[in-house]
Amino acid sequence: MEKNKILLDGELQRVKHDPLENVNIARSIERPTAKDYIDMIFDHFIELHGDRAYGDDASTIGGIAMLNDMPVTVIGQQKGRDLDENLKRNFAMPYPEGYRKALRLMKQAEKFNRPIICFVDTPGAYCGLGAEERGQGHAIATNLFEISELKVPVISVVIGEGGSGGALALSVGDQMWMMEYAIYSILSPEGFASILWKDSSKVKEAADLMKLTSFDLFNLGIADKIIPEPTGGISMKGPYQDCMQYLKDLLVGEIRSLKAMPIKGLLKKRYQKYRNIGI
Amino acid sequence: MFKFFGKQKKFSASQFKQKEVPEKLYNKCESCSEMIYYQDLDQNKHVCPKCGHHFSLKAYKRIELTVDLGTFREFNKLMKTKNVLDFPGYMDKLDKASKQSGLKEAVITGYGDIQGKRCVICVMDSNFMMGSMGSVVGEKITRAIEKSMKHRLPLVIYCASGGARMQEGIVSLMQMAKVSAALKKHSEMGLLYICVLTHPTTGGVTASFAMLGDIILAEPGALIGFAGPRVIKQTIRQELPEGFQSAEFLQDHGFVDKVVNRNDMRKTLYRILKIHGGE
Ligand SMILES: [Zn+2]
Repeated sequence: MEKNKILLDGELQRVKHDPLENVNIARSIERPTAKDYIDMIFDHFIELHGDRAYGDDASTIGGIAMLNDMPVTVIGQQKGRDLDENLKRNFAMPYPEGYRKALRLMKQAEKFNRPIICFVDTPGAYCGLGAEERGQGHAIATNLFEISELKVPVISVVIGEGGSGGALALSVGDQMWMMEYAIYSILSPEGFASILWKDSSKVKEAADLMKLTSFDLFNLGIADKIIPEPTGGISMKGPYQDCMQYLKDLLVGEIRSLKAMPIKGLLKKRYQKYRNIGI
Repeated sequence: MFKFFGKQKKFSASQFKQKEVPEKLYNKCESCSEMIYYQDLDQNKHVCPKCGHHFSLKAYKRIELTVDLGTFREFNKLMKTKNVLDFPGYMDKLDKASKQSGLKEAVITGYGDIQGKRCVICVMDSNFMMGSMGSVVGEKITRAIEKSMKHRLPLVIYCASGGARMQEGIVSLMQMAKVSAALKKHSEMGLLYICVLTHPTTGGVTASFAMLGDIILAEPGALIGFAGPRVIKQTIRQELPEGFQSAEFLQDHGFVDKVVNRNDMRKTLYRILKIHGGE
C-alpha cells in the first residue's frame, strides 16, 4: 500500500505512464469488466432489464444490490470476454436505450433513496442508423440534465475506457474516480488522429497529446481519485482482489460521507464541480 | 425592471455587423445551382428563392434577422480561450479562425427583443472552427443561461456545431455537462428554453443543449445528428438512406417539434414567447 499513499497524496508526477501503453492496458481483454467489479464488491446483485420504451441494451447492465449494509443501485457498461460476448454486448457501445435504462434505474434509486455507483467502460456511444433514429444525442443529453439534480449520491468509477459523450453520460455525479490505468478522452486516439491528421495510424502521437491517463485527468481537476492498480495493470489473471477490496473500502467511506451531507449542499457541490471546468 | 441595461452602451444594428469580405454580387445556390442576385437573396433571408435551400448564416446576421433593431446587447464579447492542454498550434488556429470569421469565438450571446419580447439569445456560428464547443463556448452559454435565470427571461439558442473542440480535449467534453446542468436549474425555475437547430448540429452539442429545449425548432434541410454521416458510413460500411439526419427526419422520429422556414422563424419564436407569457 506504499504506492497507494503516494498516489493519494497527490504526488502524481512520480508515477508516469506511457500514454499509448496505458491505452492498450485500458483496453486489455483481461481487465476486469463491470460485472467482475459488481460480483466482487456488492452482495445480492439483481440485474434489472430494459428502458420501458424500446428494449434492453446489453451493453449497459444495471440493478440493485447491497454494499455492506447499504442498499445501492449499480450500473455498468459491460464489455465481453470473447468475441461472442462482445457481439452480444456491442463491445460496450451503448444504444440510446442503454442510457435510458440507466436513467430509469437512477430515477428508481432516487425514489428509494439509494446511492448510485456507475462503472464506466466504453469506447463510446454507438454510431449507427438505429442509434440516430432513436436519438442517441437526446439520450445522452437527458442523462447529463437529469443526473445533475438527482437527490442521491452518485459515484462513477472509470474502470477501462472512458470514451467521449458515451462515458460522460454515466460519469457526471458527485465523484468521478479512475482506476490507475483507465483512460478518459474526448475521442479514441485513432479517431483523434484521423480528424486532426487524416491518418488513424498516428495513435501514439495522438495519445501523447490528448492527456487521457488517470494522472492527466486528476491534474486537470476532473478525476477526484485514482485507484492504484498492480504494476502493469489489474488483470483477472493476476492478483486483483486487494485492489478491488481497496476500491470497495473507498466506496463505503465516500458514500457514507456523501449521505451525511444535506441534499442541497450535495447538489450545490455537484453543480460547482462542472461549473468550474474551463474558463 | 430592465434597469440592468443602464450601464451598457447602446449599439445600433450596423455596429454589430460582422466585419466580412464584401458580398458577391451573385451567389450560386449549393442545392439547385441557381445564380441569385445578392440583394434578392438578402431580402429572402438567405433562403434560395427558387428551391428553398437555407444558406448558412453568420452569427451577427442571424441576430439582425431575429431581434428587434437596436435591442441586442452582447455579453462577454471579448472572452477568449486559453490553451488548456498546451495543444501545439492551437492559438494560431484560433487567430486564423478569428480573422476569417470576424468573431472571437464560435458563439455570441446577449439580450435581445423579439417583437418586443425580451429574451437571452445565443447564436453559434459554424464559420468559426466548425462551430466547435470548447471552454469559451461552454462558458459563454452557461453565463447566458445564468443571466436568463437572474432576470427570469426566456432563453433562445441557435445551434450550429460540428461538435466538441478537439484541441481542448476532455475540457471541451466537460462543457456538455456544465451547460446541461445549468439548463436543468433553468428548467426547475419554470423558465422557457427554445432551441433552434441549424445546419449542421452534431456531436457534443447534439448530445447536450441542442436536445434539451422545452421546444425544439429546426431549419429545413439542416443536418442534425449525434455522429456525423462520415463516421456512421465508416461504422456500418453502407450508404446512408436519402434524407437521413435531416431536420425533417428528426421531426419524423420525434426529436424536433417543428421544422420552420427561416422566413417564418421570427414570427414563430414570437408566438411561442407570447403563449408563455411574460412582457
Ligand atoms: Zn436553390
